Amino acid sequence: MLRVVNLSCSRGDKVLFSHVHAELKPGEIIHLRGENGAGKTSLLRLLVGLSTPAAGEILWNDVPITRCRESYLRHLLFLGHQSALKTDLTSIENLRLLSAIDGVALTEDAVTAVLGQFGLWGRERFPVEWLSAGQRRRVLLARLSLQSAKLWVLDEPLNALDVGATELLLRMISDHLAADGMVFMTSHQSLDLPNVRVLTL
Amino acid sequence: MSGSVLHWFRFSSPATFYPIAGRLIPVFWVLAALFGAAGLWIGFFIAPTDATQGEGYRIIFVHVPVSWMSMFLYLVMAIWAGIGLVLNTRLSSMMAQALAPTGALMAFLSLWTGAFWGKPMWGTWWVWDARLTSELILLFLYLGFMALQASIDDPRRADKASAILALVGVVNLPIIYFSVIWWNTLHQGASVSLTKAPSMAQTMLWGMLLMSLGYWMYSIAMALTRLRAIILEREAHADWVTRLPELTKVPR
Amino acid sequence: MISVMIASLHRDLLLVMRRKSEVLTALFFFVIVTSLFPLGIGSDPGLLRKIAPGVIWVSALLATLLGLQRILASDYADGTLEQMALSPAPLSAIVAGKILAHWLVCGLPLVVLAPVIGLQFDLGGSAVGLVMLTLLLGTPTLSMIGAVGASLTLGARGGGALLSLLVLPLYIPVLIFGAGAVNAQIAGLGAEGHLSLLAALLIFTAVFAPWVAAVSIRISLE
Repeated sequence: MLRVVNLSCSRGDKVLFSHVHAELKPGEIIHLRGENGAGKTSLLRLLVGLSTPAAGEILWNDVPITRCRESYLRHLLFLGHQSALKTDLTSIENLRLLSAIDGVALTEDAVTAVLGQFGLWGRERFPVEWLSAGQRRRVLLARLSLQSAKLWVLDEPLNALDVGATELLLRMISDHLAADGMVFMTSHQSLDLPNVRVLTL
Repeated sequence: MSGSVLHWFRFSSPATFYPIAGRLIPVFWVLAALFGAAGLWIGFFIAPTDATQGEGYRIIFVHVPVSWMSMFLYLVMAIWAGIGLVLNTRLSSMMAQALAPTGALMAFLSLWTGAFWGKPMWGTWWVWDARLTSELILLFLYLGFMALQASIDDPRRADKASAILALVGVVNLPIIYFSVIWWNTLHQGASVSLTKAPSMAQTMLWGMLLMSLGYWMYSIAMALTRLRAIILEREAHADWVTRLPELTKVPR
Repeated sequence: MISVMIASLHRDLLLVMRRKSEVLTALFFFVIVTSLFPLGIGSDPGLLRKIAPGVIWVSALLATLLGLQRILASDYADGTLEQMALSPAPLSAIVAGKILAHWLVCGLPLVVLAPVIGLQFDLGGSAVGLVMLTLLLGTPTLSMIGAVGASLTLGARGGGALLSLLVLPLYIPVLIFGAGAVNAQIAGLGAEGHLSLLAALLIFTAVFAPWVAAVSIRISLE
C-alpha cells in the first residue's frame, strides 16, 4: 500500500505544489491530472524516490521509502517520458539487460514470446533504431508485462500509442488491477476504466 | 570560521542570518585593518633585514599568510559545503559559495607574490617548487568548484554537486601535496625553493602571524558580504526580501 | 550484487561493440598526441628518451578524458540511467561495472599500445615494460576518478571542457607517480616506491569511487 502524506515539492525557487495527500491500496488506480507545468512529472519522480520532497513523506506499507528502498524498488516499475531503450541494441537485448540490472534474469525465449504478443513478431532482433516510435512504445509495454511489479508508476503512457496499443495498455492495466496491482499514472486523456480516482494538482 | 556549532542551528535560515551578517561585517573590516596594519608595520619596519636575501624577502609577509589562508579557506569551504549536503541546509551551501572566490584570490595572490619573490632572488618569474606547484593546483580546484556551480542551473543541485567536488578535493589535497613534494625532491636537488625560507627571527614570525589574522578577518568580511548578496539573489522571491528597506527605497 | 555489476559491464561492452569507431578514435588520438611531441620539441633521441615516460602518461590522461563522457552521458539522455537508479541493486555496483567497461575499452588498450610509442621514442625494453606496468596500475584509477567527474557534470553546461577542468587536477598524483616511476628507474633510483604508491591510490580509489559516483549520479538525477 502506498501513502503520500503532506507532500510538497519545489523546483529552484518555485513551490510547485504543497500539502498533497493520497492513498493507494491494492487493486486501485490513481489518475494524476493537472495543467502543464503543474508538477505532475515532479510528483511521480518524488514517488519513485528520484527526487527528495521539500516537505512530507511517502510511505510504502507504512515505512518511509527512504528506509525500505530495496524492497520498495523491487515492487516498483517506473515508465517515464524517455524511452529508456538503447537504440543500438535489439529489443531482446534491451529488455534482458534492463531486467538483469534489476537483478532478475530473463531467458531469451521468454522475452521473444512476450515481444511477439505485443506485435513485434519477427522484429525482436532488429536494433531499436529500426523500429518506429509506436513499435518502441510497444517494447516498453512488453517490459510492463515481463516485470512482476506491484506498483506501476506511469508518466503519460498513452502518448504516441495507436488505437490498438492504447486498448492493449488499458487492458493490461485492468488485468494488473484485478490481480491486486496498483497504478499511479498521469495522462492528458481521460481513462476508460472503472473506479479511477482522480488527483488534480 | 567563528561561532560554535551548538548555536548554529538557530541561525541556519537565510532570513535570520542576513541581518546578523550585516552587523558583523563592519566588525571584521575593522579587525582586518588593525591586524593588517600591525602586521605590515612589523613586516616593513621592525623585522630585521635578512642576511642572504636583503630587503626583497619582505614579500614573505604577504606570500606566506595568503598561502595559509588559501588552504585554510578550502578546508572551511569544504566543511560548509559538506554540512549543506548532509543536513540539507541552504545557508551552509551559500556560505561555501561565498568563500570560494576569496579562497581563489588567496591562491592567486600566493602565486603572484611567489613570482615577485622569485624574480629578484633567482631571476625567474616562476619556480616549480612544491609550494607554488601545489598552490597552482589548489587554484585549479577552486576554479573547478566555481565553474561547476556556475554550470548547473538548479541551485540546490549545484550546491550538492559542488559539495561532493569540494569534499573529493579536500581528501585529494593531502595526496596531491604529498605527490608534488615527492616529485619536487626527486627533480630539484638545487636550493631554488621558496619553501626553504630564511631562518625565522621571532619578529618575522609575529609579523606573519598578524598578517595571517588580518587576512583571516578580511576573508570573513568579504565572505559575509558576498553571502548577503547570494542570499538576496537566491531568496529573491521570499517575502522578507521584498520587504527589505534596501529594496523598497525607489531611487528618483 | 556481482551479477548486477557483470550485467552492467556486459551491457556497456555490447554497446561499444555496436559502435566500434568511437573507441578506435580515442586510441588513434593517443597515438597522434604522442607523435606531436617530437614534432614540437625536436627529434634528438636522447631528449626523446628522457621525455618519453611523461609524454606517454600525459597522452594517456588526455585519451582517458576523451572517453569519459561516454560512460554516462548517453544513458542520462535516453533515460536508462534513471532506470538504473531505480534498480533494487546498489547503484555503486552498476557504476562499478560501467567503470570497468570504460577501462577495458579506453585504458587497457593504452597499456597494449605503449610499446609502440616506446619504439617511437627509443625507450629501452625494461623501461617500456615499466611504462606498461605503471599504465596498468594507473589507468583504472584514472577511469574511476573520471567517472566521479562525469557523474557530477551530467546535464551541466560546459561539457568536456568542464569535465577536464574538474578531473585533471585530481589526476596529477597518478601522473606524478606513474611517469616518476619510469624516470626513477632510468635514473637508477628504483621504482618500487612509486609503484607501491600507484597501487595504494588504486585500492583507495576503488573503495570509494563507485560509491561517490553513485551519490553524484543521484544528485544529478534529482
